[in-house]
Amino acid sequence: MKYIDEYRRQDLAKGLAGRIRREAQETRRYHIMEFCGGHTHAIFRYGVQDLMPENVKFVHGPGCPVCVLPIGRIDGAMELAHKHDAILCTYGDMMRVPASKRKSLLKAKAEGADIRMVYSTQDALKIARDNQEREVVFFAIGFETTTPPTAVAIKQAQAEGLENFSVYCNHVLTPAAITHVLESPEVRELGTVAIDAFLGPSHVSSVIGSQPYEFFAEEFQRPVVIAGFEPLDVMQATLMAIRQLNEGRHEVENEYHRVVTRKGNTKAQALVAEVFELRRSFEWRGLGEVPYSALKLKEPFAAFDAERKFTLENRSVRDVKSCECPAILRGAKKPTDCKLFGKACTPDNPMGSCMVSSEGACAAYWTYRRFVEPATANAREEAVA
Amino acid sequence: MNMMERRFPRALDTRRGAVDMTHGSGGRAMAQLIEELFLRHFDNALLRQGNDQAAFDAAPGRMVMSTDGHVISPLFFPGGDIGSLAVHGTINDVAMAGARPLYLSAGFILEEGFPLADLERIVVSMAEASRDAGVPVVTGDTKVVERGKGDGVFITTTAVGVVPEGLEISGDRACPGDVILISGSIGDHGVAVLSKRENLEFETEIESDSAALHRLVAAMVEKVPEINCLRDPTRGGLATTLNEIAQQSGAGMRLNEQVIPVRHDVAAACELLGLDPLYVANEGKLVAICPGECADTLLAAMQDHPLGRDAAIIGDVVEDEHAFVQMETLLGGSRVVDWLVGEQLPRIC
Repeated sequence: MKYIDEYRRQDLAKGLAGRIRREAQETRRYHIMEFCGGHTHAIFRYGVQDLMPENVKFVHGPGCPVCVLPIGRIDGAMELAHKHDAILCTYGDMMRVPASKRKSLLKAKAEGADIRMVYSTQDALKIARDNQEREVVFFAIGFETTTPPTAVAIKQAQAEGLENFSVYCNHVLTPAAITHVLESPEVRELGTVAIDAFLGPSHVSSVIGSQPYEFFAEEFQRPVVIAGFEPLDVMQATLMAIRQLNEGRHEVENEYHRVVTRKGNTKAQALVAEVFELRRSFEWRGLGEVPYSALKLKEPFAAFDAERKFTLENRSVRDVKSCECPAILRGAKKPTDCKLFGKACTPDNPMGSCMVSSEGACAAYWTYRRFVEPATANAREEAVA
Repeated sequence: MNMMERRFPRALDTRRGAVDMTHGSGGRAMAQLIEELFLRHFDNALLRQGNDQAAFDAAPGRMVMSTDGHVISPLFFPGGDIGSLAVHGTINDVAMAGARPLYLSAGFILEEGFPLADLERIVVSMAEASRDAGVPVVTGDTKVVERGKGDGVFITTTAVGVVPEGLEISGDRACPGDVILISGSIGDHGVAVLSKRENLEFETEIESDSAALHRLVAAMVEKVPEINCLRDPTRGGLATTLNEIAQQSGAGMRLNEQVIPVRHDVAAACELLGLDPLYVANEGKLVAICPGECADTLLAAMQDHPLGRDAAIIGDVVEDEHAFVQMETLLGGSRVVDWLVGEQLPRIC
């Protein structure tokens, strides 16, 4: 496959792995957080960690849109489908995410709620056009990549006068989350989470550009290398981060320059700015309330805002007590540190959100690496107790 | 034909007509449907006897029997339809014991309102598939459910076959040291169906690989009767099939991603949809596991047959108490190839 296979070539990977091994200094530590679930997936899918020397480790970040959505918001979506009898359109990843009382959209669908899996906002609009007598709500989730298509759908619905269409908006922002991770006590004061550098998101950065990362490269003195989602992208970017650390630099570098520019997609940014505005605060699973980290619909589009159209109970629901998703999303713990991992919680029967999406760290560990890294002694003892 | 016209003064309207409840009531309308559609196309002596069962002599040797329900949507897809699939799928299940399939039965559940034209198209395709395979449909059943209680048509087929002497083929027989072969490229069927279901347009149309594999199997067992396992990687794809066999046999597997055949267009479509071809369904491929020393002979036998032209050796069976299927990735790292969880989902980010 042209333009894909080139980024998965074994000979190039071996060359890069050799260079990383030569340049990573034995006395140093290189803990690199890949923010994005897409990178997490690529690292596991292609076994990239196997090719790294001992002291180069990937720390998995919170950039999985499914994983960071708090239970209360999923309950809200179920309420829309059940209580308000709306057709709820959702991306497939959301279907199995556990909500309160071990429910999920998949189970709600089996119970008769009208929940439909869509590939794009355009599918949701079509469902609204075809079902004018029903309310159709699009369950909008995701980082900056999925926000512009939602904006397009809202504007289209407005232009067409599609009054039965609305959006349950859960769009969140990458820079706010990275800042939050870096400001967390585990990173700043306790030092329990070591993050020496960042791999910046690929698709998100194609929209927002590389500029937004300049602030925290400077403020937190950590290198940021924007990387594509292919395995060779990840390895090349890792090498670039290692070089920065060796040279004492902390800059934003762009490995993914075939797509990402400094300014990003200004047309998409303008569209998003026209339709959305910042929420003062938004709850993230694992991170808690993060100020100015999410979007809501602007006043002129209020008619298409499901949260204003329907009264939804606003609730904050606690995660399952022993689920370590919150700490895992902050990079503070590894999936294998959780006593539920692989026992009560598997992809077939997920307790926490990180076990659901293929981009979640727990699902990736379970699916691709459980033979390599068995549960830590600590978690085993806890499980026995 | 003259007699038929007398019994049913007006021929079945297979151009504009639709299934209604009378077609399942056991009365004249049902008799007409059977005679003018099923009997006409499936035509064979056993079916013509008009009994509620087909009577035939049991073949000497070990018999095998398999049944499969078909509920595919859309009913028609590039490279096949629910009819041909219902014939191929069940023949293949029987053939995976190394058996020669002999007879088929077919049970139809029709939804009220289903166009007779579509039904005829399906029956014609089924009849063609069964004739090409040399396995006649010798008995059948028709039921009609009310509108909204079915999805057009569901077809359940059952096949019986007989295993040639000297074969011991079963999913629990893979041993460390055995070699794993695949008969051709993976993922064609799933992508062909999905491309129609999601209304995704591709520049080149990807066709389902739906095919009856019993002749390929016959050629294989003739050359290498030592084959330990055969299975067709349908739902859940190659990954799931290998996990099933690993579990049944209590052995691990080690694959090499680089040599697993995937067509370029299928790989591109999977890339676009966020699917892993290892988990995408096939309907005309088989996995074979045989002792290491027979692998080259078996590969040559497969490649000699049109349905095994692109066959490849993709890995081997190893000792592993966890019965994991592992794979050396394109990049040279390694990973577990797990069971399919839930349904494959498109990526959103």
